[in-house]
Amino acid sequence: MILNDLIAVKEKELASQKKIVLRCCMAAGCISSDSKGVKEQLEIAVTEAGMQDEVEVRGVGCMKLCCEGPLVAVDPKNELYVKVTAENAPSIIASLKGGKANVEQTDPDAAFFKKQLSIVLANSGIVNPERIESYIAADGYLALHEVLNEMSPKEVVEAMTKSGLRGRGGAGFPTGLKWGTVAKSPGAKKYVICNADEGDPGAFMDRSVLESDPHSVLEGMAIAAYAVGADQGYLYVRAEYPLAIARLHLAIKQAKSLGLLGAGIFDSPFNFNVEIRIGAGAFVCGEETALMMSVEGKRGTPRPRPPFPAESGLFGCPTLLNNVETFANVPAIYRNGAEWFAGIGTEKSKGTKVFALAGKIKNTGLIEVPMGTPLRTIVEEMGGGAPDGGKIKAVQTGGPSGGCIPSQHLDTPVDYESLGKLGSIMGSGGMIVMDEGTRMVDVARFFMEFCMDESCGKCIPCRAGTVQMHNILDKILKRKATGRDLAKLEELCDMVRNTSLCGLGQTAPNPTMSTLRFFRNEYEELLQPDTFGAGATHSQPVTK
Amino acid sequence: MAAKTLTIDGKQITAEEGETILQAATEAGIKIPTLCHLEGVYDIGACRLCLVEVTGTPKLLPACTLKVAEGMEVSTDTERLRKYRRMTLELLFAERNHVCAVCVANGHCELQTLAYSQGMEHVRYEYTFPKWNVDNTHRLFGMDHNRCILCTRCVRVCWHIEGAGTKNVSGRGGKSKIITDLNQEWGDSESCTECGKCVMSCPTGALFQKGSTVGESERDRNKLEFIVNAREKKQWNA
Repeated sequence: MILNDLIAVKEKELASQKKIVLRCCMAAGCISSDSKGVKEQLEIAVTEAGMQDEVEVRGVGCMKLCCEGPLVAVDPKNELYVKVTAENAPSIIASLKGGKANVEQTDPDAAFFKKQLSIVLANSGIVNPERIESYIAADGYLALHEVLNEMSPKEVVEAMTKSGLRGRGGAGFPTGLKWGTVAKSPGAKKYVICNADEGDPGAFMDRSVLESDPHSVLEGMAIAAYAVGADQGYLYVRAEYPLAIARLHLAIKQAKSLGLLGAGIFDSPFNFNVEIRIGAGAFVCGEETALMMSVEGKRGTPRPRPPFPAESGLFGCPTLLNNVETFANVPAIYRNGAEWFAGIGTEKSKGTKVFALAGKIKNTGLIEVPMGTPLRTIVEEMGGGAPDGGKIKAVQTGGPSGGCIPSQHLDTPVDYESLGKLGSIMGSGGMIVMDEGTRMVDVARFFMEFCMDESCGKCIPCRAGTVQMHNILDKILKRKATGRDLAKLEELCDMVRNTSLCGLGQTAPNPTMSTLRFFRNEYEELLQPDTFGAGATHSQPVTK
Repeated sequence: MAAKTLTIDGKQITAEEGETILQAATEAGIKIPTLCHLEGVYDIGACRLCLVEVTGTPKLLPACTLKVAEGMEVSTDTERLRKYRRMTLELLFAERNHVCAVCVANGHCELQTLAYSQGMEHVRYEYTFPKWNVDNTHRLFGMDHNRCILCTRCVRVCWHIEGAGTKNVSGRGGKSKIITDLNQEWGDSESCTECGKCVMSCPTGALFQKGSTVGESERDRNKLEFIVNAREKKQWNA
């Protein structure tokens, strides 16, 4: 394949486009409420109305307002039908000839949609994720072509550094710096791994990206592989995402058959193959060193760093490991230029961030906003606030590694530093809204239980410390704890955070620590008075 | 191999490139507590007892896997580290059923010795008293999961020294367990070579040789009867 072939595919696809397009969500959320049946009936209704030549019913990815699914959008009428059932199909098709369908609609220009800025989700809900032509028609693989033909690997890394993109897996490590380190690490064999082991409770951003636009991730991986000098890639996807896995398999097959993956991509000397590895249900395998162990076929437990994967990773080779959303940002950065990307967001956090908005909020679903957007805009304007006029109490970000941000801090801009200052983290993008009915000690115990169950058991602080912290939280909730127990809990939080081997243990105390910081009274209200003496303390060691 | 100069606990020392902080410290006579480390097998940095402070690094790092570097400043014995070590030991004692008085390893136990040396006098956390079984199916050895601290020394020895690959870890978190082959009883293991290296490597009383447990220490009273009979009745038959 050369550039002309790619353009030919694009033009053919655009030329075959019909006048009216009914976009029907085929992501896991809507499928679970029968969007497959809706699509089938829409197709039948189109045939019955004899409109096959002018109407296309297109299965697309996530259209973001998940709570109102199944969603059907009509182009170019700019209509968005919600909670569509298979029985609604004839009415929707009839309305195409004039009139109004007797189906609930929502305003596609509402704040939930208008405040979004789509880079990662630009194709989501628009292209058909099961057809590579659909992606190519949206300028897909153009960036890969440009990178392979116009830029040296060094220039690719430089552009990434200039863009200011930071890792979207949660920690926010500068992507350009990571690429540069792997590129400079000596080694004939290098690997690129995409971490799609999304595991935070309530988070579904990466799943949506993979289900809605798998080619953007593959293209991002290929560009990264060229930049660092890798020829083999792995996509580590959790087994709980069967649809994402199926679409990735299909996408890899299609890209290979067009020569966009495999040997000699775009007639260049660059080779890149991608394989899928499926996780067996361990949260800890989202930690990079545990993930690589799992890819190698070993028990998924983390190992101490250094050495970092950039130096010694998969099979001991230099390895670049980025998250799904990070890779999905890559094609747009090279298509539009690093300066364009660096112009979005805040000084230290560039671009956009995708959040899975969930919990006690009116509009749950997927949102992508520029970095620096205040939490209040997301929760109140876009999310529509708490349902039934309730009051929002806190917003949880970062899942079991994050913290709870109380409502008085809702004006905080969403960026890595600001969230960090409040004792939370950006995380991978889970955002759980809590209303006044939520007990914060319950929240802390829930996340501690999660970490306790998901601890791999390798290091003692995480394995045994989470058990003790969970027991104390449980005791507090049962109104059996005293101030001494609370002191022990805080001491354990500090110890587990500082001594655990990997990120799971190091961040496991975060939800407890942040709720203690902002909602300490809720803990204290549950405490019983100390009945005897001051807390036991250690004396000095007998011998050293 | 280039030599590296570094400071450990204020003492200037030299070390070979590629050496770990633990090796360099041991050479220089500085003792860092360890538990999952075992001379002769590779290190995994799991027990966190050998954590040290390195100037300029916010995180605590395990001395057993941390490589020496030029100009490094390492502290191995700060108040903070001592506190964390005691807490780690407390967590271990509360995790499973470590009852020294009736343990085969009493007096020869690394966990017990560490608790003494680190000044862990009592456990402030609630004992969880989990129910673990004892695998006594092997002809020569036994495995008491109640005493296991999951250091995986036995696993590493079995795979990398003996090359048998009998021992492994199953489950996760506190439910992790050392298993034999495909989670079979030890006595049914086809891969076990009965070399006993796992028993030798165990820091506690989890792995033991049969006959060494308190319950098996029976007295042979017949010997007494024999000698009394010989003296008093002049009978030499047993």
